[in-house]
Amino acid sequence: MDGVSEYLKQERDQEWRLALRGNMKNKERTQLERVSMREQAADKRNKNFTEVNLGLLKEQAMLEAQRCLDCVNPTCITGCPVGINIPKFIKKIEAGEFLESAKVLKETNTLPAVCGRVCPQEVQCEEACFYTQKLKKPPVAIGFLERFSADYEQNSGEMSVPDIHDKNGIKVASIGSGPAGLAFAADMVKLGYDVTVFEALHEIGGVLKYGIPEFRLPNRIVDLEIDVLKKMGVKFEKNFIVGATASVEDLKAEGFKAFMVGSGAGLPNFMNIPGENYIGIYSSNEYLTRVNLMNAADPAYDTPVISGNKVAVIGGGNTAMDAVRTSKRLGAERSIIIYRRSIQEMPARVEEIKHAQEEDIEFMNLHNPLEYFADENGRVCKMKVQKMKLGEPDSSGRRRPIPIEGSEFIIEVDTVVVSVGVSPNPLIPQSMKELEVSSWGTIKVDPESMHSSVEGVFAGGDIVRGGATVILAMGDGRKAAEAMNRYLTQ
Amino acid sequence: MNKIIEKEYFSEAVVKLVLEAPAIARNRRAGHFVIVRTGDKGERIPLTIAGANLERGTITLVIQKVGVTSTKLCDLEVGDLVTDVVGPLGKPTHIEKVGTVLASGGGVGVAPLLPIVEALKEAGNRVITVLAARKRELIILEEQMREHSDEVIIMTDDGSYGKKGLVTQGMEEVILREKVDLAVTVGPAVMMKFCSLLTGKYGISTVASLNTLMVDGTGMCGACRVTVGGKTKFVCVDGPEFDAHQVDFDEMMLRLNSYKLSETEAYENFLNSNPKP
Repeated sequence: MDGVSEYLKQERDQEWRLALRGNMKNKERTQLERVSMREQAADKRNKNFTEVNLGLLKEQAMLEAQRCLDCVNPTCITGCPVGINIPKFIKKIEAGEFLESAKVLKETNTLPAVCGRVCPQEVQCEEACFYTQKLKKPPVAIGFLERFSADYEQNSGEMSVPDIHDKNGIKVASIGSGPAGLAFAADMVKLGYDVTVFEALHEIGGVLKYGIPEFRLPNRIVDLEIDVLKKMGVKFEKNFIVGATASVEDLKAEGFKAFMVGSGAGLPNFMNIPGENYIGIYSSNEYLTRVNLMNAADPAYDTPVISGNKVAVIGGGNTAMDAVRTSKRLGAERSIIIYRRSIQEMPARVEEIKHAQEEDIEFMNLHNPLEYFADENGRVCKMKVQKMKLGEPDSSGRRRPIPIEGSEFIIEVDTVVVSVGVSPNPLIPQSMKELEVSSWGTIKVDPESMHSSVEGVFAGGDIVRGGATVILAMGDGRKAAEAMNRYLTQ
Repeated sequence: MNKIIEKEYFSEAVVKLVLEAPAIARNRRAGHFVIVRTGDKGERIPLTIAGANLERGTITLVIQKVGVTSTKLCDLEVGDLVTDVVGPLGKPTHIEKVGTVLASGGGVGVAPLLPIVEALKEAGNRVITVLAARKRELIILEEQMREHSDEVIIMTDDGSYGKKGLVTQGMEEVILREKVDLAVTVGPAVMMKFCSLLTGKYGISTVASLNTLMVDGTGMCGACRVTVGGKTKFVCVDGPEFDAHQVDFDEMMLRLNSYKLSETEAYENFLNSNPKP
């Protein structure tokens, strides 16, 4: 038995866990229905920016926690990129010890209130749940419960600060303050390192701030989690671009011993079709940054955004859903998703697609843009789209979209948001010539240690993966921290 | 937060600010820019660095009041803090000895042109600089330009100073007179467009430094995109300097007007709610 299983077994054998298991028969537990998330009504929420999901009530959470069978072999944990002790935090909820439950989350997860909102649990922990695997029933709502505990703690005003090792005085840096950098920073500061997180923007949080909208992840929630990191001793340097404001060499001269590059997938892709630079055509990054980071929807802020009446969002990922739902909230009459495959192939989470549909978003699946047209002021006014059909599966395993000749037609639009993926930010690779990158521009690392080709430089998140999720980036950050600790103590 | 330690009015609408920014001062090269934000509700705007002082750890910015953000910045006084300054950003100017360089600057574009002229001169080039403005009061940094140029030609629209005429007339005079190996142009998009057309006619390779709309300035948003040689480029990470003959200036001018209506309205509201004493 390895160390982790040993630890999980010991935890599971504790008296309070035994007692809880004895309270109720498994048969009774499996009879319970999975809880539903409370939501703002669709016709209200598509006009405001407050959160769509309202969280579970105490009673709901405790009932849902009863569904968890506290399995001997908790497969759910294997589905979690940051290895949360899932049964333990759920059983703390069942016991009514909500603050304790939050502490369990924070043993391995720096941002539980974030992950409880934006993780794709349906393909991770909940996919690996005994209910899904063996009972063919809806899984325990692990994500909802995670959010419940984290929110309970945030609202209690008694945010726990994890224990910190004795300080070792060794300076390490995270380049980027997104999910990879924050997870890395938390683990390193716990181990006693002197951690500084460098951020290019004027706000900490990376994609959690500029990318994910308020109605899915309020900035206030992110700030509360960052406050805990500050209390743990992590230092943050805003408006600081490593590779421009100072080089890695400069920082080494200041005493930094190792680096974790978590600079994200920054550069938006465009389709390079005619008319794509007309006024009113945005990348999803720009559109969301204006609204989320710069508060462009609030007239008290100086940054403007074009809020059109007929908005087309090109793409089928989570970012596309965020952009199209944002456009509706900015007052669009029509907000349309234009995606070249069918709804089954959409990379967006099922929940996001469902929410979008409820919010009156139109879906033009199996359509692809060909060209944009502008009025006399250069503002986009129309676009030409082509119908598509699905062919054989391609290298991604999804059926390849094939254009249908002669099916082109025109639709009227006054704003377009292009959300067809991002490419890695070249700033760090450009400033470190010896850093090996792939042909895509992602940093090459040893997958076990996240160590790059440059001694003492680790990397994780989208700069390595080229566009993934918050939780995978956090997993990378944790892995990099563990490997960096080994590297620095050898 | 960066403290303003010096302020000078070049004209009623053009202000020079010297800010504390030691790290940026150390690493900036000619051609680099910074992103600046004023106030917690402020907008992020790009400004090309007009100079730096290593000993004092300062950078110099020259700003023209054109809207809410630039006016807020220009209204700050010595001792005030600028909320956010980040940089240096963009690729630095490629500096080498090519022979004779014809530099042209218009409006506040003269400010970022200064470090480029300085560097080109230092690299051993013969530098002839043409400065242009509507009228005498709007000609800035003439003395500094003279210090670093072999010759300075002043052009004003109304003839109130130097010669009467457009920047291109001053340039053409030089081109007809002697061999020019490289032209550099910094100024309003329309000016750079006509400078580029002129040098194109004479087959002189030309560099233009573009100042487009930006949000983050690090490649993330794509607000700054321009078409160069038929391809979409990002001014913030691919530029800000490009081969002027390849730049689609008409598209750039259109995109600069993306928010014209809302900006004009916001500026009027701002001026009405902040009346000058």
